[in-house]
Amino acid sequence: MKKWLSVILASVMAVSFTACGNSSTATNGAANGDASAAVSAAASSDTGTASMKTESGKTITVGFSQVGAESDWRTANTTSMKDTFSTANGFNLVFDDAQQKQENQITAIRNFIQQEVDYIVLAPVTETGWDTVLKEAKDANIPVIIVDRMVKVSDESLFTAWVGSNFKLEGQKAAAWLKNFADAKGLKGSDLHIVDIQGTIGASAQIGRTEGLEEAAKEYGWDLLAKESGEFTQAKGQEVMESFIKQYPNLNVVYCENDNEAFGAIDALTAAGKTVGPDIKNGQIMVLSFDSTKAGLTDTLKGKITLNTECNPLHGPRVKKIIDTLESGGTVDKKAYVDEEMFSADTTVTQVSVGGENFNVTKLTQEVLDKRAY
Amino acid sequence: MLDKLTLVKKSKKPGAVAFLLMITILLFVVMYSIGMIVFVNKGFAKPQMFMNLFISNAGLIVISCGLTIVMITGGIDISVGSVTALVCMVAADLMEHKGMSVYMALLSALLIGLAFGVVQGFLISYLDIQPFIVTLAGLFFGRGMTAVVSTQMIAVKNAEFLQWANAKINLPIGYTKKNGTFIPSYIYPTVVVALIIVILITIMLQRCNFGRELYAIGGNQQSALMMGLNVRRVKMKAYVLDGLLAGLGGFLFCLNSCAGFVEQAKGLEMDAISAAVIGGTLLSGGVGTVVGTLFGVLIKGTIASLITTQGTLSSWWVRIVLSALLCFFIVLQAIIAGVGGKKLKK
Repeated sequence: MKKWLSVILASVMAVSFTACGNSSTATNGAANGDASAAVSAAASSDTGTASMKTESGKTITVGFSQVGAESDWRTANTTSMKDTFSTANGFNLVFDDAQQKQENQITAIRNFIQQEVDYIVLAPVTETGWDTVLKEAKDANIPVIIVDRMVKVSDESLFTAWVGSNFKLEGQKAAAWLKNFADAKGLKGSDLHIVDIQGTIGASAQIGRTEGLEEAAKEYGWDLLAKESGEFTQAKGQEVMESFIKQYPNLNVVYCENDNEAFGAIDALTAAGKTVGPDIKNGQIMVLSFDSTKAGLTDTLKGKITLNTECNPLHGPRVKKIIDTLESGGTVDKKAYVDEEMFSADTTVTQVSVGGENFNVTKLTQEVLDKRAY
Repeated sequence: MLDKLTLVKKSKKPGAVAFLLMITILLFVVMYSIGMIVFVNKGFAKPQMFMNLFISNAGLIVISCGLTIVMITGGIDISVGSVTALVCMVAADLMEHKGMSVYMALLSALLIGLAFGVVQGFLISYLDIQPFIVTLAGLFFGRGMTAVVSTQMIAVKNAEFLQWANAKINLPIGYTKKNGTFIPSYIYPTVVVALIIVILITIMLQRCNFGRELYAIGGNQQSALMMGLNVRRVKMKAYVLDGLLAGLGGFLFCLNSCAGFVEQAKGLEMDAISAAVIGGTLLSGGVGTVVGTLFGVLIKGTIASLITTQGTLSSWWVRIVLSALLCFFIVLQAIIAGVGGKKLKK
């Protein structure tokens, strides 16, 4: 009897081994904000230029501790790193998947230190709790490059650089596009009645994207009717949109802070008998979105989402640039942003300018969509 | 009374403990040696790599010790992962949001562990409820309460706490870099605490009456009862001690991660159980040592370390190798138990 009990218990245990690592995806998506973005053709060509050997000819060992494989965005991020730090490019990548566990990442970094890797790249599962282990890396003189989420540490010198998305710029780009679009269509600022379906409050993606819109609304006199969190999900996005439709019958622009919210908003609008599209003069409601996932861009292609601003997971080339600079003895900026594109359903606006820098807006075609990695 | 207990222990699978322990230690030595040979260029032979096994797993060692105690009585505790998360969260919350000192945080960690131990122990020993079910409830409750305290990640910035966490203890051993500089290996205070716990529990199990009573109950509860042992009280004590150790282990875990987060230590209970089993603890009770468990934890750490060092294998292989090892040990235990049983019948 006891023997049987032990066999049963053991098999239960073995099963739960495979089960326990998987369960934290939901919170991650929320903490992340950038959880679902996409790969651009331009960024892929960046990878192409990276394919020359490093000048000195020696192999550089890079230890990369990744969060896990919880979303398409994350997988694309991992693939980008693996492609960039390939043997052919003169690198030796030591990759560790932390299965969403911070303690695994801490252990992996300690391991990298003992292996005397030349660089440590960390995509942190959480923002905090890195002081001790990063100090160990610093003591061992190994530069640490953080990607995606920022880390909060007591001493900024504990990491060398950070690579990630500029969420504020994403918001500003979308707002600049809206301004140009309104001008091109001869709309006054006060003609734009905007609702903002925000991301999970406090997520860096939400903060940046909301700020970009709010600043522009103030500057151009847009009628920003309301903002409410859709928590980056389709269901909540739909719910929020339904209440907006009832409260603000005059709304004509919906600013969704990720693709999933946009799907929900479009469903709600369609159900309420509205048509979505860029012709806001004639009663259509225009939807703007972020991330540029494949599903999101498919809706852009259909004209449902008029503008989709990308959140780029291809961090590899940018990290490589930093390593190359450090190898040649140069200094690097503490913060580095990845290049991100904009995709539009039409050609009304082909270029936007934020802070003196110009960004092209790509008219989305099936061809462009097919070229994207996922 | 003491003689009777010694008798019970002797008649129960003589040598099984030593045999299982030997296999575990041998396995660890072989595995680590292979790592040192294969990955010599990747720093596996450095003493610090070995110390890291302890640094990363200090909390798990203490928690597994507690689990070993209840497993010796024939019980189980699957709530320890949640207790760890709760302890980390409460400690972080107290220090960061309530402005309390690190001592209060440590005290509350132990109290949480104690409370889990007392409640679960009472339900299991005095109401005769299956330990699996009771501690499953504990698992849900602990994780739920953690989320109630906060769903946000709380980073501990308390100066004294960080001082504890970052107090490197340099060891006389180390390794010499190519350019001649000597880099000493180091450990953190958490490692010292974990090792002290292992030693204390070993002494308790081998030398104290309470330890022998635990083995007696696990070996055969009925005969332990007939010998006049207060089975319920001993069981209760075992779970209280296990809870306390889970609280302490949770705090050590927190010293390593310096944060409280609801997703923390998920599945830790399974790591602890597997460490105990690989360390030679019988799930059916009566056999087990914390030294074995310590090696069980080290084996788990070594597998993870080997796979990270290898660098291209998916880290899920850690789980796969662990499951294979578990199967091996369970089969081994079943054979030993079977052989022992036949001998008794004769």
